Amino acid sequence: MKALVVFLAMAAQLALAAEESVRLDSAPIDPRDVASLQSGARSFVNYCLNCHAAGMMRYHKLLDLGLTEQQVKENLLFTTDKIGELMNVAMTRKDAKEWLGTAPPDLSVIARARGPDWLYTYMRSFYRDPESATGWNNMVFERVAMPHVLWTLSGQQVQEERKFKNMEQAEAVGRQQKNAWKIDVLTPEQAGKDGERFILKTIRTETAGSLSQIDYDIMVRDLVNFMTWMSEPNQITRKQVGYVVMLVLLVLLVLTYLLYKEFWKDVH
Amino acid sequence: MSDQSRVNRRRRSLVIASACAGGASAVATALPFTASMLPSERAVALGAPVEADISRLNPGEKMTVEWRGQPVWILHRTKEMLEEIKRTDGKVADPKSERKKGELTPEYARNEYRSIKPEYLVVVGICSHLGCAPQDRLKPGPEAFESEWTGGFYCPCHGSLFDLAGRVYKNKPAPDNLKVPPYTYLSDTRVLIGEDKKGA
Amino acid sequence: MAAAEKQAVTGAGPFNGLLTWIDQRFPLMQMWRSHLSEYYAPKNFNFWYYFGSLALFVLVIQIVTGIFLTMNYKPDAAQAFASVEYIMREVPWGWWIRYMHSTGASFFFICVYLHMFRAMLYGSYRKPRELLWIFGMLIFLCLMAEAFFGYLLPWGQMSYWGAQVIVNLFDAIPVIGPDLAIWIRGDFVVSDATLNRFFAYHVIAVPLALLALVVAHLLALHEVGSSNPDGVEIKNAKDAKTGRPLDGIPFHPYYTVKDTFGVVVFLIIFSIVVFFAPEAGGYFLEHNNFIPADPLKTPEHIAPVWYFTPYYSILRATTDEFVLWALAPGVVAFALLIVRSVKSSATRITVGVTAIVLLLGLLTLDAKVWGVVLMGASVMIFFFMPWLDRSPVRSIRYKGPITKTALTLFVIVFFALGYLGTESVTEGRTLAAQVGTAVYFLFFFLMPWYSKMDKSLPEPERVTWK
Repeated sequence: MKALVVFLAMAAQLALAAEESVRLDSAPIDPRDVASLQSGARSFVNYCLNCHAAGMMRYHKLLDLGLTEQQVKENLLFTTDKIGELMNVAMTRKDAKEWLGTAPPDLSVIARARGPDWLYTYMRSFYRDPESATGWNNMVFERVAMPHVLWTLSGQQVQEERKFKNMEQAEAVGRQQKNAWKIDVLTPEQAGKDGERFILKTIRTETAGSLSQIDYDIMVRDLVNFMTWMSEPNQITRKQVGYVVMLVLLVLLVLTYLLYKEFWKDVH
Repeated sequence: MSDQSRVNRRRRSLVIASACAGGASAVATALPFTASMLPSERAVALGAPVEADISRLNPGEKMTVEWRGQPVWILHRTKEMLEEIKRTDGKVADPKSERKKGELTPEYARNEYRSIKPEYLVVVGICSHLGCAPQDRLKPGPEAFESEWTGGFYCPCHGSLFDLAGRVYKNKPAPDNLKVPPYTYLSDTRVLIGEDKKGA
Repeated sequence: MAAAEKQAVTGAGPFNGLLTWIDQRFPLMQMWRSHLSEYYAPKNFNFWYYFGSLALFVLVIQIVTGIFLTMNYKPDAAQAFASVEYIMREVPWGWWIRYMHSTGASFFFICVYLHMFRAMLYGSYRKPRELLWIFGMLIFLCLMAEAFFGYLLPWGQMSYWGAQVIVNLFDAIPVIGPDLAIWIRGDFVVSDATLNRFFAYHVIAVPLALLALVVAHLLALHEVGSSNPDGVEIKNAKDAKTGRPLDGIPFHPYYTVKDTFGVVVFLIIFSIVVFFAPEAGGYFLEHNNFIPADPLKTPEHIAPVWYFTPYYSILRATTDEFVLWALAPGVVAFALLIVRSVKSSATRITVGVTAIVLLLGLLTLDAKVWGVVLMGASVMIFFFMPWLDRSPVRSIRYKGPITKTALTLFVIVFFALGYLGTESVTEGRTLAAQVGTAVYFLFFFLMPWYSKMDKSLPEPERVTWK
């Protein structure tokens, strides 16, 4: 019996050994920050909606962000003139595949599929890679077909490598990065004589863009905030209704409990 | 004895209180389900007002625009047509459009010609009997259904007749005049159907 | 004539007249009495006895929310995913209806698993309740089918590839497999044809079967009466004058009132999930399912929804090595054990022949086939519990240490297998799953022996209030 438990524990430990992947930054988004959401909406419409569709999102829903119909029509309506339309793009998926190699995915619910942390890290992890087709690569999504659309804002980054002998050192340096970082682990054979198995990969800005790193991060934060909102626009209502429902249920709980105990006085 | 009745009263009040709270909660739960059957945002978006360009509509011509899945006719009436309308006052069932005023004839259409501008008739092209689409019989002259026909519309399903202001003839199956939808002029050449000046 | 002999209805206030009219033409009062006001249930039901009525409640939730979802959902491969988002965004309160349905599916399994566990704890499947247990197991099978068909409908990546993988399992069946899989799909791969028919199964075929089985389940229960945590038959101690069980109380009002309280507690937990955590960390609504189905791109990591993961674990654990080193020796050992325990030579010969046939199969057929067989067996084995459990007592309260240990191990292993089923395959995890699979099956296969030889305590004559 004890052996079985020990065995299970060992197996569990083996099972839990994680695969190496990019450490995702925590996206500092606040779904109640309306200004951030509006700014993110503008970034989304200006930079993303050219190639990516958000075909399940209606322009009219943007009014929930505290915008007026007039503001939406003037600032956020480019490909159509009807505010009741869906956020589609003119390019069909078939054409997109032909022209770009792969169809850019619809972004309506991407924040629920990937998570805000992934999106936030992704948009800040592009680097120049002369070997790729677009000239860009991404730490979070190897060989991504998307070019770094925001490069004029963020500037141009390149990837750097540093080798370490142990994981703790590599992680300590990695955590100091303001950008994405990951650690590749080599086997002892691959590491060679110096035994430095842990390769810390980070990115460094080579050419500055029009935004400082802080301002760029804020812009991406607002964009991710908006995309998270867009993937479930009713989330705020959902929680509000939830509070009311909990109150009602608490009242019902008290009443039904008293009723139950009252009748069960008969039972011995 | 009084103990038992006290117990019974307590039980009864608890049962009533729980039943009321439970009943109210059940109704509150049923409301969203019922509401979900109302037109969705997509239906509302699709039912949004439609713009019509009347710049190329010549006198005597009629165009049809789709609004909320319904055909809306815009008829550019000639002077002769406008005169014929006066002559049909006696033949129509509701010459002053007094029946179901709020539903069929908005304020700006409660006039002789049932329209904002006399030259343009804007009505929903659905017969008020059972919903068929009446046919154009715009030219005056003897017809099989009426020897002294002065122009208007003829519904082929059950023979109802409407004049050039969309008013229904007496003694026909259709009870009401053709409905005038909310509409407004955005300019001399553009009509917005589905919304009037008040933003209805 | 029955109508002339029946008494008028009393006690319903202003409704007496109407109810009497109905009762003269429909067995209304007879049903009310036999199933509610004069159906006597043991008075010592504990926490574990809430889950039957809760499962019924969840069934109602699923049907009602399901009807409203069907008003707007489009069972077409090109429109399905978008129609679900349409419901979430544009149908008034559509998000609430959808979340109740997705949360309800998971809670249905939570309630049913706890309900089944109650039966395992207190021997509720023992004679004369074997048929009740069988109906329950059939309901469980229908529930799994219903969940499987329903999961394809959102047409996300997980929906598509989960269905693809499971239907491909049928492909593994020797001889008829490939044709069977094509017949099930209606196409060579999971496609629009598959989606449409799964919609038909999910919306009407399986729900009808479920409702019929639930009615049968309740009728069977009321025929023999419910068991209780002590496993003691309350019908053995009846009042001399009235003939009513001394330890029984009428279901109405006592259990109607108690179950109403139970429903409110359930709704609180249910609502916390629906309103504040509908994804439940990716377990109730999987992240990958928010990516539309792409037949050309297999996700890195396909896992079924959490309630299927224990069985999925067992499927994946059945590797060639497992077949050779665990299953084959297991068949031999088990055959020998049975032969030693029975006297009849007919049985011995049958066992021997079966064992030889199984061994031949194990050594010739693909491990893939045996994985499917084991996965199926892991569910079907439950059907046999009334006959595997040979303890002289019903309830765990009076069973000995071996049974208690076995049941504890089973629970641990069930959770472990479930967890392992959510993770990707590694050598360590496969080994753990194989150990788990072995323990899982041994719990059942050895039960006829350990339940008999275990030291049991004497059962009380009347129920206790523990």
